[in-house]
Formats: sequence, structure tokens, C-alpha cells
Amino acid sequence: MNREAGCGVVKREPSGCACGSGGAAPAAVRAVLEPIVQRWRGEEGNLIMILHGLQKAMGYVPRAAALELAQMLDVPLARIYEVITFYNYFKLEPPGKYVIAVCTGTACYLKGAPQIIDSLRDVLDLAEGRSVTADGLFQLDEVRCLGCCGLAPVLTVNGEVFGRVKQGDVPDIVEQFREREAGVKQE
Amino acid sequence: MSTRNDLAAVRAAAKAALYTRLQGTMDGAPEGAYRRHVLVCGGTGCESCHGAALHDALQQAVEARGLGREVKVIKTGCFGFCEKGPIVKIMPDLSFYVRVKPEDVEEIVREHLAGGKPVERLLYKEEDGTVARGGEIKFYGKQQRIVLRNCGLINPEDITEYLATDGYEALERVVTKMKGEEVIAELKVAGLRGRGGAGYPTWMKWENARRTKSERKYVVCNADEGDPGAYMDRSVLEGDPHAVLEAMAICAKAIGAQQGYIYVRAEYGLAIERLRIALEQAYAHGVLGENILGSGMRFHVAVRLGAGAFVCGEETALLESIEGHRGTPRPRPPYPANVGLFQQPTVINNVETLANIPTIIRNGGAWFAGIGTESSRGTKVFALTGKVKNSGLIEVPMGTTLREIVYDVGGGIPNGKAIKAIQTGGPSGGVIPASFLDTPVDYETLKELGSMMGSGGMIVMDEDDCMVDIAKFYLGFCVDESCGKCAPCRIGGYQMLESLKKISEGRAQADEVPRIRRVGLAMSKASLCGLGQTAANPVISTLKYFEDEYREHIEEKKCRAKKCRALFSYTIVQERCKRCGLCVKKCPVEAIPGDRKSGYRIDAAKCVKCGQCMAVCPFNAVSM
Amino acid sequence: MVTITIDGYPVKVRRGTSILEAARKVNINIPTLCKHADLPATAACGICVVKLQPSGRVLRACCTPVEEGMEIITNDGELNEVRRAVLHLILSTHPNDCLRCGRNGTCELQKLAEDFGVRHEYFPNICAPLPKDDSTGAVVLDPQKCVKCGRCLDVCQRVQNVWALSFLERGIHTRMAAAGEIQLADSPCVRCGQCAAHCPTGAIFEYDHTPQVWEALRDGGKHCVVQIAPAVRTSLGEAFGYKPGELLTGKIYAVLRRLGFKAVFDTNFGADVTIMEEAAEFVERLTRGKGVLPLITTCCPSWVDYMEKYHHDMIAHFSSCKSPQAIVGVLAKTYYAQTQKIDPATMFMVSVMPCTAKKYEKERSQDMAASGYPDVNLVITTRELARMIKQAGIDFHGIAEEMPDNLLGNYTGAGTIFGVTGGVMEAALRTAHNFLSGENPGAVDFVEVRGLKGIKESSVTVGTATVRVAIAHGLGNVDTVLERVRAAQRSGAELPYHFIEVMACPGGCVGGGGQPYGITDELRQARAKGLYKDDAQHSVRCAHENPGILRLYKEFLGKPLSEKSEHLLHTHYTARREYRR
Repeated sequence: MNREAGCGVVKREPSGCACGSGGAAPAAVRAVLEPIVQRWRGEEGNLIMILHGLQKAMGYVPRAAALELAQMLDVPLARIYEVITFYNYFKLEPPGKYVIAVCTGTACYLKGAPQIIDSLRDVLDLAEGRSVTADGLFQLDEVRCLGCCGLAPVLTVNGEVFGRVKQGDVPDIVEQFREREAGVKQE
Repeated sequence: MSTRNDLAAVRAAAKAALYTRLQGTMDGAPEGAYRRHVLVCGGTGCESCHGAALHDALQQAVEARGLGREVKVIKTGCFGFCEKGPIVKIMPDLSFYVRVKPEDVEEIVREHLAGGKPVERLLYKEEDGTVARGGEIKFYGKQQRIVLRNCGLINPEDITEYLATDGYEALERVVTKMKGEEVIAELKVAGLRGRGGAGYPTWMKWENARRTKSERKYVVCNADEGDPGAYMDRSVLEGDPHAVLEAMAICAKAIGAQQGYIYVRAEYGLAIERLRIALEQAYAHGVLGENILGSGMRFHVAVRLGAGAFVCGEETALLESIEGHRGTPRPRPPYPANVGLFQQPTVINNVETLANIPTIIRNGGAWFAGIGTESSRGTKVFALTGKVKNSGLIEVPMGTTLREIVYDVGGGIPNGKAIKAIQTGGPSGGVIPASFLDTPVDYETLKELGSMMGSGGMIVMDEDDCMVDIAKFYLGFCVDESCGKCAPCRIGGYQMLESLKKISEGRAQADEVPRIRRVGLAMSKASLCGLGQTAANPVISTLKYFEDEYREHIEEKKCRAKKCRALFSYTIVQERCKRCGLCVKKCPVEAIPGDRKSGYRIDAAKCVKCGQCMAVCPFNAVSM
Repeated sequence: MVTITIDGYPVKVRRGTSILEAARKVNINIPTLCKHADLPATAACGICVVKLQPSGRVLRACCTPVEEGMEIITNDGELNEVRRAVLHLILSTHPNDCLRCGRNGTCELQKLAEDFGVRHEYFPNICAPLPKDDSTGAVVLDPQKCVKCGRCLDVCQRVQNVWALSFLERGIHTRMAAAGEIQLADSPCVRCGQCAAHCPTGAIFEYDHTPQVWEALRDGGKHCVVQIAPAVRTSLGEAFGYKPGELLTGKIYAVLRRLGFKAVFDTNFGADVTIMEEAAEFVERLTRGKGVLPLITTCCPSWVDYMEKYHHDMIAHFSSCKSPQAIVGVLAKTYYAQTQKIDPATMFMVSVMPCTAKKYEKERSQDMAASGYPDVNLVITTRELARMIKQAGIDFHGIAEEMPDNLLGNYTGAGTIFGVTGGVMEAALRTAHNFLSGENPGAVDFVEVRGLKGIKESSVTVGTATVRVAIAHGLGNVDTVLERVRAAQRSGAELPYHFIEVMACPGGCVGGGGQPYGITDELRQARAKGLYKDDAQHSVRCAHENPGILRLYKEFLGKPLSEKSEHLLHTHYTARREYRR
């Protein structure tokens, strides 16, 4: 399908902001996308791989990036959104700085994962349905089995693994990262 | 490098270097063979417990003592004994160190590797205290490791070690001496059935794809293992990725495919990395690519990632996902073997199914058929977890009984609790009550009991597990992961979950169970794919064997296992309470009013049943 | 051929036939919901389940191809129970507010509930509150009523290639919406209404403008006039029990007068004018090099919107001529008003269209008020008119035929076939032949441009010139045609076509988004047949021979492409963004 991004023919309709929510300017977004699209161009079954690359680079999939990607791949925007809203992996909102992933696989579930999640929501003041704290510092994800069932219950913070977690450990774990953040700020 | 002679030379050299590890003795070791091998478990479980640091520390310490020529330190795949990780095994003396910490490294190197004396306190001991070496350990007694043969033995990031254990010999035979039909005939004799859960005869799938005429065909490895509590496939990919690559190439030859994809969950970071390395090395050694082992055969393999959708473990949803669509299943027929990836004939096999292939080709189908039961040949890898002493990854011949698995391999139930049931097949399976412990495990027997083999998750449950809660957990998983395409699964799952929530919260209506059964019928008959068709299994199965628990929840508003929080409360046993006030401090919602003088009590309205008060009380004064 | 048994009855069908189709041959209509005759099976709803004997395995009839020797049971106690349970599950996610829904009486879910004797709600209702989207003013999305059949997506994505609608999220949260939380009006939606035409429930519905029509009719100060589109005359009858394709023009004029319209015009007259202008335009481009070839028709507003959004580089190929609706509108408020001495400020023009996009067309630019007032005030669809007639209690069957108002009412055979794919081209060729050679074509039936094939091609010799034409219907066929043109332009080869007609809706306007429900190819053909019959029955079959047209030019416009014509009857186009947000 021939879609021309900009076109010299006739007069353009007066429009609002071109990029939509996301904040990033189209040129900056294109610069991020170029190498990813280049790497995967010509390979069949590349859409999800490209989206992974995009999410890795930007932390989530801003609308501006989805629009830009649709142009670059000559793929309807609706296709991009159908895919990124279907798969849990792709986030449409900026992530928290510290991502706490609590495993809810069977073994962890049996050994207390729901209680750990409740405690985390209490300590982080995070209502049901929300995953990022108001200050953007923490994000709570309930994830599927991480495959460390021998260490149940397991949670990770930005990949750092905490095994055999007890509900009482939760405030300390969170505090650990608040302190780390404060330390970072001081530098 | 691409010739068979080159490969043979590499293989010979590797076998020589690894002699003492592979033979388990110094006797007859060739020149240049390592005297000792230090095998450090490098599966995700142990890696996340400082496994990587352990390996590096051992490596450095060995070098520092100048033992680099004599002692080889490697990371291996999962040993399977996850309960005791991190594990370090020393060959050839089979010393089996458990729960090793980086602080222990210095002592191991000094005392054992340099001094020749194993570190007693770190050695694995059976429950009665006796030291057991590798080969004697009860955990492994009933196991037969075919799929996992290399896990815990070789370095998955070094193809030469795979070659040393006869890796790629099967592929060589297939591409140089065998026709496609012959390979499939061997599989037919072997009787291998799909290990992803459906148990479809593998030879049939390959034959259907071989027969379908097309210029372009595909081999796809389903590595989207998503059953909660299952990590068999992950361990194979992390511990022996070349087995999968070799099998895919063998399949390609059998059906006439040129391109293969491994569709792996994005969450399996270590597996993805190990695959990447394995692919690089496979290409470099000519066992994949444009001209495999000089035979003229062309086969390429690439990795494609999932993105957090369990349903993409379903064959046709997986194909949709690779094609860049929403992972919704396709109606069948046509089946992937006829119309698959990009509409071309495609074989999709599970990781474990594939990992059996090279060994079957090397040892022959008849050898494989000699293991297991008549309907279910070979072995099965299980992830044995839950309320069991030896939680870990095991591989037993089909036909091993549940009792043998739970007690002889698993070591029985901890904390003196009574076994209640065993759950198999993940969210598609059912529970098997303790009365059926002597059932030999195979595809048919489990199905008859209302469960299924599934991919290999096996969860042991004791008296403290609530069957309603378990059913709700699994169904909740399916509801979250439902793709939403078909009404029976999308809506039925949700409605059934609502019913279960009501039951666990004491709000159930009298006709709740008939309603559940009605939805179960619609889902099992009218869902488009296996996810929907089997999502009701845990519910129906727990209803079958534990109906009295459901009745207690509904009629008596009681949860005997004390898992359903709305149905029990915490109280302070005043006679035992010493009014220390510890519970008050720990309570996250300030639900314990009172004071030292008049005493404390728990305000049921505020209490969120977190259990902290009970956990912290030194006088056992809080009861449920 | 394959032989199977269905409920014990043997049936022989071609390989590849679905069980659903095979069952029809033995008089079994297996209940379905998501399956639509136009579209491939999505296998979503689970209602059409049947049983394979002897295994008892349950299959979907809509998508399972027959296999030699299959034994199928289409109905037994268990199947009935399963279908009933699935239906109840679907109803539990539905508002079940039939009395207040536009699909009351035509809803496919309602029909199933009726057939299955639903008497109470078996499951708790979990219908999620979701807002309506009426931003386009043409089609209204009501996601609460969506049963996730997927038909609208298939139509919008695959058939129309517009990609305005998509499924977002998954599982129980799956919903149908434009990508990225935006309103439909900000999406690529071209308002063709094919989604509404295929939706089984009230989840996508035309914007109901009938209240405004009643209000205008009530307003004593308004001089209400009306025009009806070609396709309406052979489809409106379906709402009153007539067979599809029955020509009911005279009755419709009569009914409209009964409703209170002061003058009844016919869009077909506008079609004849369109031909005059557009054929003249074509001749200018072909013989005098003014403007680019191929010339592309513009009477379809969805197609115009599509080109403006997706093919900016080809916009110059558009005919500058307005659509017949717009032409009748502007002529009513100028020519008619002046001749009849009526103050155009008091005139209220309602047009009855098979089309939802026409609701948008009347406002698409300033050119649509060339008379100095909105040329068309309101557009209602065939379905809306049917409702109005019923509300007024008019006995459609009994009413006697009448004639339209003379000035803008009498049409030729060429005008009436505008409602069918290929009709505009055929009409244009009849007149272009005359403009180019001075003579009428020997045969006025250009059968090569008729029929339901997605892309039709033909060539006509006019004197020494060979005119090559292409007709596309269903927007999904457009890219291929335009690519052929571009390829020729790039390589410098001869143009594949001189003249292209595009209709957004498969079948042309007879299959429009505002037509009575249940569109299939049979229906398209039946309605088209009625229009071709209308054409054949007319003594004047070429637009340039319409006495009313000749009078219009003589008294008012001068000649085609005159300054006055340009001002009133021609328009401009704009390159637009696919996504306004």
C-alpha cells in the first residue's frame, strides 16, 4: 500500500500535533527505530522481534513510535496496536524505575505469592489495577512461572532474584531499593 | 569447517580431553586428559542463587593455584536436584556438593581439588545422614535420563562437549545414509509421542508433512513452555541446546524442510542466550547452514521470541505469532503438517519431544520402545514441585508409579503432613487423589483418572492445600491467558471463575455447582483450542474427587485447609497470650486494638488475614 | 466430489465444502452467529457445533471441510445443550436491552435467543460499560453490544483495506475499537458502513437522523424536499416483504409525499448531470490534454476519502465533478428555487441513500454549500426511511404509484444504473461515445463492465480512439488498479486505463452500508438486476438525451464545464492524514 508520509500535492488539512502522546519527536523516534528495522528487514516473521527491539530501546512502546513504525514497515497502525495490546510483554506506558516481578507460578502460589503481592500493594500504596507507583519509582508485575520453583516463593527486582521470600521480608526489600535510589540521588 | 572428517577430529579430541568425566575414572585416560572436572549447575534456578559467581570464583581459584591444566571448571545444565541447589559435582570421584556458597570455594579448591580430600560438610547426605555420591543418590535411583542425559554433564556453551557425548552423530548418519522415510520408520518403531501434552504420535506428524508437496517447508520447535510450575523445556534449552538443534535438522531431512524456527518465551533469558551461542557454534561447525556436513543439505534455524502469551504454546496460535499476528488459534483442519507456517507444511514439536530424537536415531527405535509402557514408550521429564522434600527436575520411564515418584524420588511429604493429591498437566490437567498413588504414569492412565500428562508439571499437595483454591488458581491463569477469540473460553472461563470466587468467599448460591458444570460442558465441547477445551479440567477434576470440600465451602462456609481467607479468621488465644505486643507492631493494618492491661484482640473487620501476627507470636497464641 | 452423511442422509458435495454448506443441501440450517455468507469463517462463536460419529468428537460446521465418509450429527441433546450454554454465555456479556436497540427485530443474536427459547438469564450479567463512539456522524460504535464475531474487522481490514477497526487487548477484555484509544473520526475510517452492514447486533449502527427529519417536516416554515438514490428503489421493498430487486420507484415517490415532502426529486437526475459534466471532462483530458489520465470517478464519498488519505499522489486524477447527491442538492437550492420562486433559505433538502458515507459527504468541504446554503441538509439511509414509513403507518403495498417533481426528477436509464458497480462507467461511456464521435454507441449495454468480479476491465472503440476502462468495487481492490497505473507511469509504458470507476462497497451502492440487512452476493445481484431492468425499460437510455437535462443546460447552466457548472457542480480535494491523532 502506498502511504506517503508527507506530500506536496494540494493543500494539507490543518492539523494538531503530529506525534500524539509519547512526547518524543518523530525524528528522535526514527533514529531509535532505524537500526532495529534495518536489522530485521527482509526476514520473515519479524514484527514481534522488531517490537522487542523497540521496547528494549525505549522501555515501552510510545504512540509516536508505533506511528513511525507503521510508516517504516508499511503496515497499518491497527496491526501494530492489535499486536502490542494482545501480548502482555509490550507496555504502552513508561515503566517504573524498579520493576518488582512476583512469580505466581504454581509452586510460588502455593508458598505464599498472593500474600506477598498484597503486602507489596500495601507498602507501595498501589491500588488494584495500577502497576506503577505515583512517583514512578516502582512497578509491580505479577508474572508467570520464572522457572525457579525450587526457591519458591520468588520475586525479582530489575532482575535481581530474591528467593524463599517471606511476607515479612517485603518492607525490607522495598526499603533496600528506596535507599539505593536515595543513594543514587545523592551522587 | 564443514566436513565430516573435521568434525570427527574435533569429536575425538574432545572425548580425550573429557575422558575422566565421561568414563568416571582415571584408568586408561589419554595424554592431556583433565584429571578432575568441576561441574557447577548453571540452570536458571542455581544461577539466580549465585551460581554464576560460584562458577567464576571456582575458575579463578583453580587458576590461582596453577591447577588450570589438571582441573576443568565448567557450567552445566540443570542437575535436577533443585531443592539442594546450588550444586557442584566433582568428577571422576562423583562428589556431590549441595547448597554451595561462594564462601565455600576456597575450601573446596584447597582441600579437595588440590588436597584430594572432599569437604565433608558440603557433601550431600540422605535423610538418615549417610553421605551419598553421584550414582548412589536415592533421588536419582528410579530416574532414567535420556532427554536430560547431558544436563549436569556437559557445558552447554561448548559444542565440542556435545560432540564428545556423541552429539551430531545421529545427524551425520541421517544426512549421509538415511532416507526421510527411514527416519520416520525408526520413529514409528520407537513410538515417541508428543511431549508437549497432546501425546500425538510424532512419526505421524512428520509423515504428514513429508507427504504434503511443497517447495518450502518448516520445522518449528515449540519452546513457549508456559504451564506454571513447569520448567522441563527451559532446562533442556539451557542445559543441552544442541540436542534440539540436531533434532530439528534431522526432522528437516525427514520432511524436506529448509528453514527452522525456535519459538521461545521472551522470559527465558538464559535459554535464549544459550541458544544463540549454540546456533553460532553449530553454524561454525557445519552442522547447520547451506551445506550440512558436506551433504548438500540446506537447513537454517533462527530464534523467534514470544511476548507474554501462554496461548502461543498452542500450535496454530504459535504460527500466528511468528507471522506477526495476535496469537489466536486457527480452526483445524487443516493441520499444520499440511497448512502451517506461512501456509506451508510445518512440523511443530515440543522441546522435550525433539530432545529424544538424536538418542532414538543413535540407539534405534526398538531400544526406545523397550522403555516405558505399551501405549507410552520412553521416559518423561517432570518438574516435581510443591509439598515434596526433593523438589526438582526428574526423568523417569513411563509406567513409574506416582508413589515411586513422590516417595522414592521426591523423598515424601515434608513437615509430617499428609499427602492429599497430585496435580499433573498444569492448567489443562486435573488432580489425582492420594488413593491412586499406585497408578503407573502414562498418557492413558492419567487421562482415565480425569487428568492428563500435560507437559510435565507435577505438583504435590498436602492437607494444607485447598482444592477449591487450587482450581481457582489454575482457572484464573487460563482466564488471564485466554486469547479471547471464541466465546466459550473467553466468557465461560470468566463466569466459571466468578463462581469459584463466590465459593471461596462464602457467597456461593445453591446452584453454583450445576452452573459450573454447564459452563464446563460448553467450554470442553465448543472451545476452539486446547486452552479453552481443557481449562475446566482442574475444576471438574477437583469436583470429582473432592466434592465434599466444595460442599463445605458452599453450605458450611468453611475451608478446612484454611486457605480461603474469607472463610476463616484469626483469633488470639487469651490463655496463651503474654501481651508482649509484638503482633500489634507487625500488623500492617492496625487490626489489633487493646493494651497491656486489658489485653489484645483481633478486629475481624479490619483483619486482612495476612498471618503476620501468627508468624511473629513467640507464644503460639494466635490461631486460625 | 465427496460423499458424507448428515443426520443419516447422504449428501454429495465438492471437495472443500464446509459441513455447514453441505447440511443446507439436506435442508438443515445449522444455527450460527459469527458466520456471514460474505466472509470466510472465523470460528469464533461456537454455536455451529456438530458431532462426528462414531468418535463423538465435536467440530465447528462453519470451517470444517467435509471428508469422504464423514458421519455428522447436526443436532442431539448434547449439542443442543452446548449451543444453549454458549448462547447464554454470550448473552451474559450483552446489555440485552432489545426494546431500546436499533436492531430490535433484525438482530441475529435476538433471533438465536428467540429460537432457543431463552426465558431467563442463566449467568450473572458481566457486560462491561464501554462508551459509544458516534464521532463520525455516520456509523455509531456501541462496543457493549459487540459479540466479538470479528466480521467488522474482516470487512474493514481485508475487504476494504481501510484498517480503521481492530481487536484490542485479549481474553475477556477483548474489544473492537480504532487503534490507540482514539475516536473513529480520527482514524482512517471512510464511513463506508460495511461494518454496520455486516454486524449481527446493534454494536455498529447507522447514525439515526430520522428525528431531525421529523422535526424539519413539522416545521411549517421549512420547504422540505427529498431525493432518492438509485439503489434505494430496488431495496427498500425488502423492509416491507417484497422480494429483493423489486422496482418500486413510483410507490416511493408517493410515500415520500405522504410523509410531507413538498417536492420529490430523484438522484438519478443528478446522475445524468454527473455524466454530462464528467464525460465532457473526460473528453477534455483525452483529446485536449487538459488534466491527467486516467480519469477517476468521485461519486462515492468513501472512495474519495480513501484516496485523500491513502493515495495522495493520485488525487489529481479525480474528476472534479460532484456526486449526484450533491448535484441535486445544489440544483434544488438554485435552479429549482429560482424557477419555482422559492426562497432557498427556507429549503430543507433530505436525501435518502443506501450509504452511510453520504452523511459525511454533505459536509466534507465548503464546496458542499455552493448554493449559499448547505446543498444537502440531511442524509438518511434506506433503513431509516423504512422506519419512518412504518412510524407513519403508511401501507406501502396499497399505495398507488406517482411521478416525481418534473424539474429534477426525470431520469434516463444511464442515471439509474449508477447504483451498481460498473454502472457509472457504462453510463459515462454511452455519453462519452457521443461527445467524442458525435454518435451514440451502437449497443448501449456494455456488459463487460457488469458483474461482481472485484476488478473488471474493458475497452471500447470510439471512432479511432480506443478507450480502456477499469472498474473496481470493494476498496480492497483499489491498490492493484492504482499500482498498474503507477507502474506504467514509472516505466513510461502506455497507460493501462483511461477511465477508472471505483465504488467502495462490494457490488456498488446496492450493497451499501445503509441498505436493508443480510447482504450477500445473491442480494447484490437481485438488486442490481432490478436496476438494469429499470434501465432497459426506459426509452431514453443516454444521459445526454434527457429532455430535463437539455432544458437545464439551456436555461440555467449553459453547457458542461461552463463557469456556472464549475462553480456549482464541481469540487476540490485535499490530501488528508490517515490518523488525525
